Amino acid sequence: MSAPNKSFDPVEVADLRPEAIDAAVADALVAIASASDLDELKLARLAHSGDRSPLALANREIGALPPQAKAEAGKRVGSARGKVRSALEQRQFDLENDRDARLLVEEAVDVTLPYERRPAGARHPLTTIQERIADVFVSMGWEVAEGPEVETEWHTFDALNLGPDHPARTMQDTFFVGTEDSGVVLRTHTSPVQIRSMLDRPLPIYVICPGRVYRTDELDSTHTPVFHQVEGLVVDEGITMADLKGTLDHFATAMFGPEAKTRLRPSYFPFTEPSAELDLWFPGAKGGPRWIEWGGCGMVNPRVLAACGIDTTKYSGFAFGMGIERTLMFRHDVTDMRDMVEGDVRFTLQFGQEV
Amino acid sequence: MRIPLSWLREYVDIPHDEQPEVIGDRLVSVGLELEEIVRMGGDNSGPVVVGRVLSIEELTEFKKPIRFCRVAVGAANGHPDTPGERGIICGARNFVEGDLVVIALPGTILTGGFLIASRETYGHVSDGMICSERELGMGEDHAGIIVLPEGTADVGAHAYPVLGLGDHVLDVSVTPDMGFCLSMRGVARELAHQYGVALRDPGLELVDLPAPESGEPHSCVVDDLVGCDLFTLRSIVGFNPTAPSPYWLQRRLVLCGMRPISLAVDVTNYVMLETGQPLHAFDRAKVRGPIVVRRAEPGETLETLDHVVRTLDPEDLLIADERGPIGLAGTMGGLDTEVDADTSEIVLEAAHFTSRTVARMSRRHKLSSEASRRFERGVDPVLAPYASARAAALLLAHGGGRYIGMTAIEAAREPFLIEMAVDLPGRVAGIAIPASTVVERLIAVGASVADSSAPILVVTPPTWRPDLTDPADLVEEVIRLGGYEAIPSTLPQAPAGFGLTERQRAMRRVGRALAAAGYAEILSYPFVGDAELDSLGIPSDDPRRSMLLLANPISDEQPGMRTTLLPGLVAVLRRNVGRGMPDTSIFEAGAVVHLRAGQLTRGVTDPPRPSVANRPTDAEIAALDALLPDQPWHVGVALTGQRASSGWWGAGTESSWADAIEAARVVATAVGAELTVRRGAAPAPMHPGRCAELVVGDVVVGYAGELTPRVCADAGLPSRTAVMELDLEPLLAAAVPVATAHGLSTYPVAKEDVALVVDASVAAADVELSLIAGAGELLESIRLFDVYRGDQVAEGSQSLAFSLRFRAPDRTLTVEEVTAARESAIAAATQALGAHLRS
Repeated sequence: MSAPNKSFDPVEVADLRPEAIDAAVADALVAIASASDLDELKLARLAHSGDRSPLALANREIGALPPQAKAEAGKRVGSARGKVRSALEQRQFDLENDRDARLLVEEAVDVTLPYERRPAGARHPLTTIQERIADVFVSMGWEVAEGPEVETEWHTFDALNLGPDHPARTMQDTFFVGTEDSGVVLRTHTSPVQIRSMLDRPLPIYVICPGRVYRTDELDSTHTPVFHQVEGLVVDEGITMADLKGTLDHFATAMFGPEAKTRLRPSYFPFTEPSAELDLWFPGAKGGPRWIEWGGCGMVNPRVLAACGIDTTKYSGFAFGMGIERTLMFRHDVTDMRDMVEGDVRFTLQFGQEV
Repeated sequence: MRIPLSWLREYVDIPHDEQPEVIGDRLVSVGLELEEIVRMGGDNSGPVVVGRVLSIEELTEFKKPIRFCRVAVGAANGHPDTPGERGIICGARNFVEGDLVVIALPGTILTGGFLIASRETYGHVSDGMICSERELGMGEDHAGIIVLPEGTADVGAHAYPVLGLGDHVLDVSVTPDMGFCLSMRGVARELAHQYGVALRDPGLELVDLPAPESGEPHSCVVDDLVGCDLFTLRSIVGFNPTAPSPYWLQRRLVLCGMRPISLAVDVTNYVMLETGQPLHAFDRAKVRGPIVVRRAEPGETLETLDHVVRTLDPEDLLIADERGPIGLAGTMGGLDTEVDADTSEIVLEAAHFTSRTVARMSRRHKLSSEASRRFERGVDPVLAPYASARAAALLLAHGGGRYIGMTAIEAAREPFLIEMAVDLPGRVAGIAIPASTVVERLIAVGASVADSSAPILVVTPPTWRPDLTDPADLVEEVIRLGGYEAIPSTLPQAPAGFGLTERQRAMRRVGRALAAAGYAEILSYPFVGDAELDSLGIPSDDPRRSMLLLANPISDEQPGMRTTLLPGLVAVLRRNVGRGMPDTSIFEAGAVVHLRAGQLTRGVTDPPRPSVANRPTDAEIAALDALLPDQPWHVGVALTGQRASSGWWGAGTESSWADAIEAARVVATAVGAELTVRRGAAPAPMHPGRCAELVVGDVVVGYAGELTPRVCADAGLPSRTAVMELDLEPLLAAAVPVATAHGLSTYPVAKEDVALVVDASVAAADVELSLIAGAGELLESIRLFDVYRGDQVAEGSQSLAFSLRFRAPDRTLTVEEVTAARESAIAAATQALGAHLRS
């Protein structure tokens, strides 16, 4: 008792002596420290910091003190309550940390579990490689040209300087629609798209023509009657074979890396003159880099330009073409043509959305 | 064309030590395709010599008959004590005493490492081996040992050059424009230029024949000087029909892949290989009257040398005598006038037939011969008398007989000139080529140039190059002889482009969207037949039965072009299930073929064929395009099994009609077009109760849903297989190319759920549409979140629960506004469809 209790509060309900306060703080700190989880801490908080806790009661008692005693008692009790509060906060913080850490351990799952609820689809590599090829040329300012698969003989053969007696025009190679005299075939190459481009488009022409073509081959590991080609056509003033070579070199590096290059060998196609076989130096070949026969090319035969009404004294052009299946086969080491045409989804699913 | 290097070297001095591979590369660089290089006789080494059989002792005490032979090998014998002679055991029986044979002496190593040594066998010392062709790696013949014709070589001579062992044969394929390289003459010319050495052209050398003896050379008549502009016959009598071909000649034929038959036949083949001129020998005793070149008459037939009786077409060009056809011109001779073992009078035909005539005949009769291959590609039109002189000389030299002269008929030849600007080759190649080089290369291919200093060269192509008709052809010759590797690499600058078209981009989006939705793309063949359409239950009067038919389909079961993607999708789906993938979702995008009004499944028979000399008129182009059917692009899906997998996370979901319909929505969203899904027709193979019509505007563009159980069973597919197919063209046409952005309201959203009870036959989409119409502009979105049928609603009705979201662009909606909109929506559904709020 620090001062006589006179008229203010005749009943002394709480002990404000320093020893009592210190004891209450010590009790509180022990209780707080020994709280092993947040629930126990909650009880300790109630007991030692709640409205009915000794320190709270002591605090309330201060009001009953004579004014001259209030300051000291208030200071003492305030300090004591501060100690308890900060011990509670610290313990709360520690226990929450413990709880959070425990929770992370307890909630752990086996993240290696598979989760293929909605199996992925994929696009066929024959589609995506055509798009990739088209993109190479579109980036150079070319456009993608298309044409019908059921095509006139005139567009498929006549206009391409493949005369009526050309061996390619027999039923050995060509699917004829209806009869051999119908004038309509399943296109044997994408070259009729070149003819349509030259008939329809304003000059100069820079087009790439991917598409499906047909020949009367039985399906085996290296042949299919339905396959795909891509052809390129340029008609402009002053176009040279050097331009053809440069375009092919660029195409090769875009598809097969900076080490790729091309080689031309003399050959014969009725629709080009001069004509060349196109070899590709394929750096990624299995077993080491090597030359691979890739396609055919040449300078557009002036007769073909004339058939499309193009002034051959002013314009010249080049064309090239290659098989998409073949390109896919060596680029991706596909060994059996049938895998590409049978529609087995396991084949498609290997390739995802792009090649 | 197979080219023995030893033969080639007779015409061109290729450096002696040049490797065959290098020679092959040179040929590739001028435009021939090298198939392979074969070394004849593989890797034999050691003493193989020519010997003579002196005596044969038949040894009969063994299981099979065996001969012990004394043979003479002359100076080749290494045994000083038995000069020139040795004993050899031999199992073959095709020889007699006195025959010239080939003997591998001890020390020889034959292909495969087989060492010949002196050894004791069958009670004798066998001191070498008498060889068959197969043992020497020369061929497959193992029926007996090699017996050389008398006079082939001296006894003791080294056998390699006699047999052609160690020779290399280059097998080259020849493009159609280089027909002249179907001869030693043509290939030699290309190499002569490559090596800068002279060419001894056997085609320009008129062999001296003896002056014709008395007798009547066989006469000839040519009725068709267009199809045959040069025809020659040389006649020989008193020919020895049993005279064999000289061994060297036989060997060369074998090296070239031909079978020796008889002297007369072998000589014609030999000269053809040498010069490129096909020749034919007739047995004159079997020919009646003059030999005539004419077109066939209706009903005529001819049995050709291959024992096929051919019915002739009036367009066929024939060699005939008084009795009828004796040969298809430039293609194959007739059997009746064939030379045989009794032929003593020979008529040797050498002629020039136009390539078109022979090509058509060869195609018509599906008959390709060594002769027709050459004529189709073009034979030197002046070569015939030179080649036949060469052949006659060989026949006389080796078969005896008397030459009694030649008869010939020739059409007048127009000089053929090509004008070419001297700088054109350089302009085409993209490099400067000096005028002198241009002229030099033209001369190297055999052309002549009128004035080599003129800016426009006037060039006469050589007779053996009928392929040279245009300036571009000469350009190719000039650039080709310089080597394509001389051409630099430049990149032409295209004008600024516009990238992919909207259609092309949309096609890509469709594929990506379906792949992202779990579908694997497949590409099926577009060939279909009635059986597949039957199995899909497609009725006979369905428009999808109107297929464009192929004249020569791969399979008679699939003669038509697909009108729908479904047969392909169904077949591929079945294949995947059969290969152990029960949960498969696939899609295909591709063209289908629909006949236009008035078009027939077999097309027309008199199509327009505009000239290719100039651009066709617009009307001509339109007439061509009118031949073609519509070829719209469709997209379709097919799926079966689990669409979402079951797993540790819980149950999966089976694929169903809903997935198929959703796939259509995915496609429409990817295209950017508005697609309406509605109840409607369900054409086969669709389940009538589980099929949606897919509609763009007012046009039905496709269907989606489940296949009928019957179709699933017939097509071998699991039940509940679902498919979708739609025509992309109207969808693409309806696509909004540029989307318009709507401002976003940041005011709070008001959510209202509405459960409406309607008759079970009412379509949810209709309920939704009426709610939308009634809700007014404040409705931001609506979503059906539950469908209930059961005890808590009346029998025959269903409860559809929708979640509605309301929002205004400019204010927070009041409770009154939201309630009013909700009530209005419900009222609309009530009025239109008798819906009432579920209580």
